[in-house]
Amino acid sequence: MTLETPARVELDAHIPEGPLADKWQNHRFKMKLVAPQNRRRFDVIVVGTGLGGGAAAATLGEMGYNVKSFCFQDSPRRAHSIAAQGGINAAKNYKNDGDSVERLFYDTIKGGDYRSREANVYRLAEVSTNIIDQCVAQGVPFAREYGGLLDNRSFGGAQVARTFYARGQTGQQLLLGAYQALEKQIDAGTVTMYPRHEMLELVVKDGRACGIIARNLVTGEITRHTAHAVVLATGGYGNVFFLSTNAKGSNVTAAWRAHRKGAYFANPCYTQIHPTCIPVSGDYQSKLTLMSESLRNDGRIWVPKDKDDKRSPDQIPESDRDYYLERMYPAFANLVPRDVASRAAKRMVDDGYGVGELKNGVYLDFQDAINRLGRDVIEARYGNLFEMYENITGEDPYKVPMRIYPAVHYTMGGLWVDYNLMSNVPGLFVIGEANFSDHGANRLGASALMQGLADGYFVLPATLSNYLADMLGTSPEPVDDPAFAEAEQEVRDRVDTFLSINGTHSVDWFHRKLGKTLWDYCGMGRNAEGLKHALKEVQQLREQFWTDVRVLGESESLNQSLERAGRVADFFELGELMVRDALHREESCGGHFREEHQTPDGEALRNDDDFAYVGAWEYGGPGKEPCLHKEELVFEHAKPAQRSYK
Amino acid sequence: MQPSRSEGGVRVPALRRPGMGPAMWIVEFYRSNVGKKAVMAITGIVLLAYVLLHMVGNLKLYEGASGMNAYAEWLRTLGYPALPEYGALWILRVLLAVSFVLHIHAAVSLTLTNRKARSVGYQSQRDYAAATYAARTMRYTGVIVLLFVIYHVLHFTTGHTHHDFVENDVYRNVVEGFSRWEVSGFYILANLALGLHIYHGAWSLFQSLGWNNRRFNPWRRSFAAIFTAVVVIGNISFPIAVLAGIVD
Amino acid sequence: MALDLTLRVWRQSSPQDPGRFETYEAKDINEDSSFLELLDVVNEQLIEEGKEPIAFDHDCREGICGSCGVVINGRPHGPAGHTTTCQLHMRHFKTGDTITVEPWRASAFPVIKDLVVDRSALDGIVQSGGYITAPTGAARDANSILVPKTASDTAMDAAECIGCGACVAACPNGAAQLFTAAKVSHLNLLPQGQPERWSRVTQMVDTMEDYFGSCTNYGECEAACPKAISIDFIAMMNKDYLAAKFKDQRRQGQG
Repeated sequence: MTLETPARVELDAHIPEGPLADKWQNHRFKMKLVAPQNRRRFDVIVVGTGLGGGAAAATLGEMGYNVKSFCFQDSPRRAHSIAAQGGINAAKNYKNDGDSVERLFYDTIKGGDYRSREANVYRLAEVSTNIIDQCVAQGVPFAREYGGLLDNRSFGGAQVARTFYARGQTGQQLLLGAYQALEKQIDAGTVTMYPRHEMLELVVKDGRACGIIARNLVTGEITRHTAHAVVLATGGYGNVFFLSTNAKGSNVTAAWRAHRKGAYFANPCYTQIHPTCIPVSGDYQSKLTLMSESLRNDGRIWVPKDKDDKRSPDQIPESDRDYYLERMYPAFANLVPRDVASRAAKRMVDDGYGVGELKNGVYLDFQDAINRLGRDVIEARYGNLFEMYENITGEDPYKVPMRIYPAVHYTMGGLWVDYNLMSNVPGLFVIGEANFSDHGANRLGASALMQGLADGYFVLPATLSNYLADMLGTSPEPVDDPAFAEAEQEVRDRVDTFLSINGTHSVDWFHRKLGKTLWDYCGMGRNAEGLKHALKEVQQLREQFWTDVRVLGESESLNQSLERAGRVADFFELGELMVRDALHREESCGGHFREEHQTPDGEALRNDDDFAYVGAWEYGGPGKEPCLHKEELVFEHAKPAQRSYK
Repeated sequence: MQPSRSEGGVRVPALRRPGMGPAMWIVEFYRSNVGKKAVMAITGIVLLAYVLLHMVGNLKLYEGASGMNAYAEWLRTLGYPALPEYGALWILRVLLAVSFVLHIHAAVSLTLTNRKARSVGYQSQRDYAAATYAARTMRYTGVIVLLFVIYHVLHFTTGHTHHDFVENDVYRNVVEGFSRWEVSGFYILANLALGLHIYHGAWSLFQSLGWNNRRFNPWRRSFAAIFTAVVVIGNISFPIAVLAGIVD
Repeated sequence: MALDLTLRVWRQSSPQDPGRFETYEAKDINEDSSFLELLDVVNEQLIEEGKEPIAFDHDCREGICGSCGVVINGRPHGPAGHTTTCQLHMRHFKTGDTITVEPWRASAFPVIKDLVVDRSALDGIVQSGGYITAPTGAARDANSILVPKTASDTAMDAAECIGCGACVAACPNGAAQLFTAAKVSHLNLLPQGQPERWSRVTQMVDTMEDYFGSCTNYGECEAACPKAISIDFIAMMNKDYLAAKFKDQRRQGQG
């Protein structure tokens, strides 16, 4: 099959004028305000209650807007932000080790492999310090020094200690902070909470987003919700791979429905693979578990030199082990960045050196560290992780090396937004992992939490007010408008279709197959041939899905298969777009590695001349090819350079 | 205070009916379950103190009739002449009665609340991980102790259930009473129930009143165990001593 | 090793349905799979047979979101202790076992379907005071508030609560004391939480008592808690509640 060269239209990101460091402050001054007494006349819908959505809904409610907040979980506290372990970055420079807004900005741009928007990233680094202030004021119990000051650690190979953390549960604590603020507003009546509600359609009238259609997951009731603006904070799409570290419920549906209604989807091929996860242990496996990256500080990664070595790892002498990261990257060794470590592990397993029963992992060995530092020290550092590993695998990592393998962890791509976090559909704002904006082609460790909260607490409330200010005096579209009726009908038709197919395979069966195809051809390493193959396979599988899926039960009550069917249907379309995006991007950068584009020693080879842009895809219509729009990326401050970890 | 009932807010019916108007703070306090538990703890302390002193006082049994009856006489005239004869004793009795009534009222009321809090119970066998036998049987041992106290008062204080009661000859009444094995047997069983009850209660009161300090927490269980052992061993020694002929 | 198991699972099609146990055979279950993966396998079987799969709450499957939770053989989250259902692995069972699975039971947690219950009453408790009022943007520099490390660590011990409701499920009285105490203590232990300390504890306890039973210090909650949150926090909450009730609120913060 051939891919036509799609039409190319430039996108305007509305980046404010002026020096980089002043853009946000200048912009804040120039933006329009809504007076406190007028705010209650505005209705805002926020979908998702993770760090972005929870913080946004709480803040908007507290400002006085009329907020409707939606989440598919039974409580806003359960959004998947809760699972983030490591920490949150902020340019506080409390450790006096030379950190600054500029340095965090620069590290983020570089980490993103020069595929992110400078102005957004600078703003992110700038408000990072406010986030920590805000969270401490809310009572987030960050780790402390004995003197009572906040503690920091260095994370993910950063040269400064700028990561704030709360044991291994930073995401949980930050989310609870936002959740508590949200619950306060629910009690105050400024936020109406709709838990166990899933957004199934965006309503657009005269080009503006004006509401959503949601399904009450308990009663099956399909309801219309109108507002002056809609905010999507619905997270990433890593679950398209079926096996990922995402929560089982994490899905792309809200974002995808918006995409189908005109919002551009940017850089879908940028997916982050985390190198230290527990390998798959069987075909029953439902999800992958991440083991903190910090393990690589003391663990040594190796595989046996002999592919068919059947000995247990402790019986394999040093001379028969290949510490391949130490061999290939003597300078950074086991601490090379996530993508490099991941690809190296994949190479080993692909070449047949994998370990474990299924030969699908590599060893992460602590024996040296235990011998050198003693078991007590290792236990103090990683005790909870070792316990978790033993709980899951039944193996004691103090005695036998851990087995690890990379897994999908985060998606940098998402709906395209301008500097104001508004998509190309006016009135539709997208924040957090659901948008594409701040991490470029690869995200730094401990930066996801930072972005979610920056967007939710500080950026969106300002830019949304600016948008709403012009609408003062208007009422939201009435829910009996034909636009709502039409959107609702679409939802009903889809639900009815799923229930009427009555095919032979479960939703999960299809999801697993889709995930496997994407993982094999659009995972850690990609090439044109494989991607073209995947495109065909995904399309075929999708067609089969729509004729052969079996969804039992009814729509008028809790029906988890039905929920999943809708999500997987959208994953099929997104998966196809991912493959197209990966195919079109003829370079390797960050989380996107095209095997055709690598240096002689196997490193990612960027093509700044042809691909220094954001690829934003416009939905082409059912069965039609999408149309690519480009936003050129201009680097005035951080000049692109090639990474090297030799 | 009611949480907001907006769409997606709390969707389940409350156990407590609104409609009880504001009341004096102490009544409000007692309306709350935590308040009731505090009242149970404080009345529990009064009753525990009583149970201990009662046992210690009764050790006079081992000093023979003169010791025992002198002790009874001392109790009757405690505080005399500032107080009339029986004055201090009645003050104590009233204090005990009030504690007893409050303790039982709170217990009954909490039990009813707790029943409502799980209107549909588990349909399969529960498997307890931490709750001690004593904790799980508080309601039953409580009822046994209540019945026992009623019997005990009618037996040794008013003499209504005593087969051969002589006013003011405490020693004789006790020895005569316990010489019947069925009476002694009931006393021993009731005291074992009392032991179970105070073993949990003497620990539980610390939690209910928030007396919690990691440094001393391990002592709370030991305290309860030792206290229980002292009271129970002391109390059941009396009927055994009578039956065994050590006291006669 | 593969396990052959018999499952007795509570099936209830709606809140009105009285519900019943149904028995399913689960063959060849991998002992490395989690309990939820066992339910996944059974569900795939049911779908194949044309029967509606078992509904159960779950999301992160790594023990932190608090979505999952069923009573397994009489114990919330199963026999392993201090774990969530998603982190309970099948190697804790042996082939031939009969496993009984039941939803959380409490009046405040009505069954929605099968093993799914409504836990919104827990959110209600938080709404009534489980927060520190800190309007966005008004905060001072984070390091201008000193928090002794020990206090911060203890607050974190309480803050680890995942809100799964196992404490309520485990409590013979259907009490939510451990959940509420964890939230109250987390905030009341921190300097930032002091201005609202007394109103927080009274409001939260009062709301809790609207829906849940009372604490009789069984300690079942602590044993069932996936995060092993200590009942010391319940004592702490009781103390604050009693203090608040006897305190002259106008002189708050005056020692």
